[in-house]
Amino acid sequence: MKLRNYILRRVSLLIPVILGVLVLVFIISYVIPADPARAWAGPKARPEQIEVLRERYHLNDPVYLQIYYYLRNLVLHFDLGVSATTGRPVLTDLKAFFPATFELAFFAFVLAIVIGIPLGVVSALRRNEPTDHFSRVVALTGVSTPLFWSALLMQFLFYYKLRWLPAFGRLSVEINRYTGFVLLDSVLNWNWSAFGDAATRLILPAFTLAFYTMGYLVRITRGSMLEVLESEYVVTAKAKGLPQRVVIYRHALKNAIIPPITVLGINFGWLLGGTVLLETIFSWPGMGRYAAGSIVQVDLPAMVGFTLVAATVMILSNLVVDIFYSIIDPRVRVGGKAK
Amino acid sequence: MKLPKGFLFTSRYRILKRRLHPITKEFGLTFYVLRKSTLAVIGALLVCMFLFLAIFGSRIAPYNPYEVKIRERFIPPSKTHWFGTDKMGRDVFSRMLHGARYSIRAGLIVLVIAVPIGVLLGGIAGLFGGWRDEVIMRFTDVFLAFPSLILAMSFSAALGPSLFNAMIALSIVWWPMYTRLIRGQALSVRETDYVEAARSRGAGNWYLVRRHILPNCLSPILVTFTLDMGWIITATAALSFLGFGAQPPMPEWGRMISDGRIYMLQAWWVSVFPGLGIVMTVLGFNLLGDGIRDALDPKLRRITEVKWKQRTFS
Amino acid sequence: METENVLLAVENLKTQFFTYGGVVEALDEVSFNIIEGEVFGLVGESGCGKSVTASSILGLVQKPGKVISGRVLLDGDDLLQKSAQEMNQIRGSRISIIFQDPTSSLNPVFRIGYQVAEPYIYHQGKPRKVAARDALKILSQTGLPDPADKARNYPHELSGGMRQRAMIAMALTCEPDLLIADEPTTNLDVTIERQILNLVKDLQEEFGTSVLWITHDLGVIAQICDRVAVMYAGNIVEQASVRVVFHSPKHPYTQKLLRAIPAVDSSGENLEEIPGSVPRLINPPSGCRFHPRCDHAMSVCSGKKPIEREVGLGHTVACHLF
Repeated sequence: MKLRNYILRRVSLLIPVILGVLVLVFIISYVIPADPARAWAGPKARPEQIEVLRERYHLNDPVYLQIYYYLRNLVLHFDLGVSATTGRPVLTDLKAFFPATFELAFFAFVLAIVIGIPLGVVSALRRNEPTDHFSRVVALTGVSTPLFWSALLMQFLFYYKLRWLPAFGRLSVEINRYTGFVLLDSVLNWNWSAFGDAATRLILPAFTLAFYTMGYLVRITRGSMLEVLESEYVVTAKAKGLPQRVVIYRHALKNAIIPPITVLGINFGWLLGGTVLLETIFSWPGMGRYAAGSIVQVDLPAMVGFTLVAATVMILSNLVVDIFYSIIDPRVRVGGKAK
Repeated sequence: MKLPKGFLFTSRYRILKRRLHPITKEFGLTFYVLRKSTLAVIGALLVCMFLFLAIFGSRIAPYNPYEVKIRERFIPPSKTHWFGTDKMGRDVFSRMLHGARYSIRAGLIVLVIAVPIGVLLGGIAGLFGGWRDEVIMRFTDVFLAFPSLILAMSFSAALGPSLFNAMIALSIVWWPMYTRLIRGQALSVRETDYVEAARSRGAGNWYLVRRHILPNCLSPILVTFTLDMGWIITATAALSFLGFGAQPPMPEWGRMISDGRIYMLQAWWVSVFPGLGIVMTVLGFNLLGDGIRDALDPKLRRITEVKWKQRTFS
Repeated sequence: METENVLLAVENLKTQFFTYGGVVEALDEVSFNIIEGEVFGLVGESGCGKSVTASSILGLVQKPGKVISGRVLLDGDDLLQKSAQEMNQIRGSRISIIFQDPTSSLNPVFRIGYQVAEPYIYHQGKPRKVAARDALKILSQTGLPDPADKARNYPHELSGGMRQRAMIAMALTCEPDLLIADEPTTNLDVTIERQILNLVKDLQEEFGTSVLWITHDLGVIAQICDRVAVMYAGNIVEQASVRVVFHSPKHPYTQKLLRAIPAVDSSGENLEEIPGSVPRLINPPSGCRFHPRCDHAMSVCSGKKPIEREVGLGHTVACHLF
């Protein structure tokens, strides 16, 4: 009951933030000396036609009115406007591109967790031994390498030179897109070759993204684990004669895992930004590329639309992290019995 | 300020020395702990090397980084061209040497803008609390709700693609981080007993900031600053890579990677070496930042302090 | 005395810490015996090595420390020779320990009931439900009000006194032969301290557990201990029954300690303080470690370390005066 209230409260905080986001984007668009109406109308349009478009999309009105119209459209018709570059409703575009980015980010995420956290734990347990040094170096390199460069390198190595993995695009065969998540869709299509195709194409970009996140994760997990292993309750657990694996993997780990997860949540939003670079290099048809394109072309509705989505995703992921945090650590529990 | 003759023997000097002693002692200990960590030393060396290249690089570069020599295009790494040449026949190594300063400049400018703004806002939010805190935090949240790269892209597109505008854009993206940091520090310091004691003696807010909050903030700021340098260099390179930052023919490293991308198959060295440069530089800052953070860690300092004292006084 | 069984015999225990600044000689051949069923006190100032004694007995000395030599015989069995596995089985079931700060000693992310039930699960192999039931039983025995409700709480939701009771419950689950109490009441206010002391006394009588009570507070010693050993700078300087130590202390340090406490009947006399300060254990004073601060120091005191000698029935002192 209390949890539901908490979630509702947090989600309602979305609103002022989204408003702020909108204001910011509109201000930016105000500054950009470009005329979307002209772009919409096309190169052969006559001035009167452009003027008509301007009127219709309220481009001559002051900023606050534009925001008002936009919001009205959004809430009443769920209409995010029409993209100036693709000519399609922004919502359609987003629906097409979002799953691709999400799939990429999600798998990169999972990969980073599955490799990163255990590595961090092992590193802490075998402090200052060769294993520790090795994983620290790997982690540090991961963090220090620019994403776009490592992506290029991966592409070069694994595709051009070794021909092991495909490096462009998401899917080369046609299937029915039920959800937009190609892995899922190919299963639903019962098309296993498509599944294999989609999966192998996912490997390089996901791994590149994961390499970076993993570095971060290993460092934080290691630090957190080291700190927890020194704490008094671990001494107590040992003094109780509990088997070592219980002390480490139950008592210590549950406490140590809190900072890494918190960081991950914050990082997830960042990942969305990182996908811009990856999608450019791997020709991945995702939101990042769409975003970059719309910024360059000053496609205002697209810019605003995708910004809203990005901001919402970030806020939601923060929320998920907070909820997770309160599940693990009873001291921050929402609405529980507080001392 | 002209010092009177014989200043070194006056009691004034001795008083000054006594007052500075705790501070110099702290610095001394910090340096000692830093020196003891091999990784931190490596980081410091890398950073120094990078700084050296940034300042003097243009003078030691063997070739002109802008001169186009079509006949010498795409020469692989060799004795005459250590890192090879690019599609215009320009020596990659020389271009990298010239480009180092752009990365450093970006880092410094962004931090010089972002840090004061962040600190100011964070300080106000943390110290005063109340509606000021709420307003500032909501404002910060709005900025933080964007994936940073995308926000930077938007601003730099708005301002026009150039390296300078990219730096401005990054500053706008970066200040919330410092606000959060300082606010956290201010909040925790505000609750301490010594601040309460100072307040009860009638200390004004400004005094508190100067004597209590700022000194406590210095170490996390220093650590974050050093680690951030690596970030900002990478982010600037990323923006340039996407076309929003440095424009050709500027030999900024990110730009170079982007320029060489199309020719990866024929001339991989054009894109690979600048990237390697970035990796080394960021690695250096990360190692140094880690080292500083460890050096400022109270527990480690206490343990090492004993050995340090022995060394100085034995 | 009647034929008593010596439960724990500590013989010439020597523990050192190898730090950056030098070797800390924490325990310098400490010896004492604990008899079955008694409450044995270990008293001394901060830093004299009391807690190190406890961790040495349990085999929990943290790096960079190491037990150099000596024997710790539990019913004749030398604990220092045991493997890690064997020690794990002994800790929590035959010897338990409760710590000074129950807040940081309890794991904040697990419920109290679970933490108390853990020894039942891992030492006695009881299934979860049974262990939970037994945990409730022992919690109520420690006087925790409404144990069923408290067991579902997390440590931060209870008060200091309640947490300490939970720790005591946790330690007594397997009815250990020896309970080590490392300053468990130092952080509590006096009224709660009284309650805890009484609780331990009652439980000790009920379970027949021997107790090693470590503290710096002579008042606590007087309240619940049968025998006591006085520790200074890593040495035991005097050992006797509590009565004897309080009424006729022989070692100069013990005498000074007692004179530093105000007595109810003392009227306005100045409290004596011991000049100087506790020595650093990296380069401890030679010979008798107390000699720099001792009023009765003789020339032999700085050269030779005094051996413990019996000066009365069950009363030993380590001083060159005897």
